[in-house]
Amino acid sequence: MGVDIKVEDLNAWYGTVHTLKGVSLHIPANQVTALIGPSGCGKSTFVRCLNRMHETSRGARVEGSVHVGGEDIYSGISPVEVRRKVGMVFQRPNPFPTMSIYENVASGVRLNGSPPKAELDTLVEQCLRNAALWDEVKDVYRKRSGAGISGGQQQRLCIARALAVDPEVLLMDEPASALDPISTGKIEDLIFELKTQYTIVIVTHNMQQAARVAEKTGFFLMGNLVEFDATQKIFTAPSDKRTEDYITGRFG
Amino acid sequence: MSRARANSPRAHAYPPPHKKVINVVMLTLTGLCALLVVSVLLFILGYLVWNGARSLSWNFFTKLPVPAGQTGGGMANAIVGSAKLLLLASAIGVPIGVLGGVYLAEFGKGWFSFAVRYTTDLLNGVPSIVIGIFVYTLIVIPQHHFSTLAGGVALGIMMIPIALRSTDEFLRAVPNTLREGGLALGASKAQTVVTVIIPAAMQGIVTGIMLNLARVAGETAPLLFTAFGNQFWSSGWNGPTASLPVVIFNYAISPYEDWHRQAWAAGFVLLSGIFLTNIVARLLVSGRRSTSRS
Repeated sequence: MGVDIKVEDLNAWYGTVHTLKGVSLHIPANQVTALIGPSGCGKSTFVRCLNRMHETSRGARVEGSVHVGGEDIYSGISPVEVRRKVGMVFQRPNPFPTMSIYENVASGVRLNGSPPKAELDTLVEQCLRNAALWDEVKDVYRKRSGAGISGGQQQRLCIARALAVDPEVLLMDEPASALDPISTGKIEDLIFELKTQYTIVIVTHNMQQAARVAEKTGFFLMGNLVEFDATQKIFTAPSDKRTEDYITGRFG
Repeated sequence: MSRARANSPRAHAYPPPHKKVINVVMLTLTGLCALLVVSVLLFILGYLVWNGARSLSWNFFTKLPVPAGQTGGGMANAIVGSAKLLLLASAIGVPIGVLGGVYLAEFGKGWFSFAVRYTTDLLNGVPSIVIGIFVYTLIVIPQHHFSTLAGGVALGIMMIPIALRSTDEFLRAVPNTLREGGLALGASKAQTVVTVIIPAAMQGIVTGIMLNLARVAGETAPLLFTAFGNQFWSSGWNGPTASLPVVIFNYAISPYEDWHRQAWAAGFVLLSGIFLTNIVARLLVSGRRSTSRS
């Protein structure tokens, strides 16, 4: 099951550049939350703080608190544990090219030890099914490289790989921006399916996409969270002028 | 649309005629240069194969050298000697170089890795004969005799900088998205490097090592006063040993026709050996990859 995320006064820096300025918000469990805003507004940095990926960049620094399911992920818990609770799918599909499709899905589980083969087989099949990829790869998934399938399939493989470690939250950083409309549609359908089991946070440049998949939407501008509300409200009656300008295409 | 363009006067205006001429001239020039480079290489290879293969016989691989003036004999000891030297050199140069490269590319930062990269490049530029003198002082003088050990160490030291820098380069060429993919699954940095990054760079790393091995296989200078040479078999690692490059050097400057012939054969064998190792290594690496790709 998914859990909620409480963020309080989150600040992030790349070197001396202050990219995230005192962001606080509450992301509800088992819903899809979309983050929109122009390039460089800090929305990607924000999600990267939710699984402590931000600090892996050189010169990066974080202050503030993030509670995932009530647990403070910045104190008393290692980043490795955080990332098993909070999975992530990136903008560019990044399957491991030297591993088969099967091995890609199994890779996260194998880091924690080696479960019996039968158990792993079942898990891999289940994750590929959950990622709506099973029917397309079931004849080749043990042999073909994770890099040997189409971009859209690779992205669903990356989702399957993230699901295999059984996270509670799934972060998606523009997961469909490198994909064609049909693959994008499949990813969106998938997001709709997955929210029953996971809390999903999706960063997107595509406002229609946010309107289609998300219950809640947050609008970022220059490192600030300008507005966070029900998606319906953000897109029809935003309370901030800047949100309205962005939504209606006046800038960004 | 295209017809309209073809009939309009502008269709002839682009590209202008003089640009076409320049294009043809430049293309011809670059083609000629490429041909020149390749033909020199092919000429050397052809000459070596022609003279070397002609002079080869079964005895060359099985017999010891005969005393000067007699004809016949072979270089079995030098072939085995070279193999032992390269084995020892790889045992020293590859682990140090590869692990150092992994450190530099994945873990090192700040002044220390700058210093390591810089000194590695310096070491790469040290003339091979200087490395020979270094090992001579380090091993040969204290032991009071030449040895396979000393020769192997000299070649091993020569392998370190290239192995290190090529591993470093190939690892850094692995896209950062794969590193993030590993970390985001809850893998530690080390786990990500071992299970994802190194396999992704494996083909390049192995190719780098092969080129490296090919380079030191032909080194003569550092062996002259470390492994020295030997007319007979050298057992173990502690005695002086014959090696192909040194034998080629000695035989080529000798006044005997038969030795010249054998030097060509030795050159040919050295080249074939390098070529074969290269092919086998590439097959091994690409075979491992294609099982997961096909």
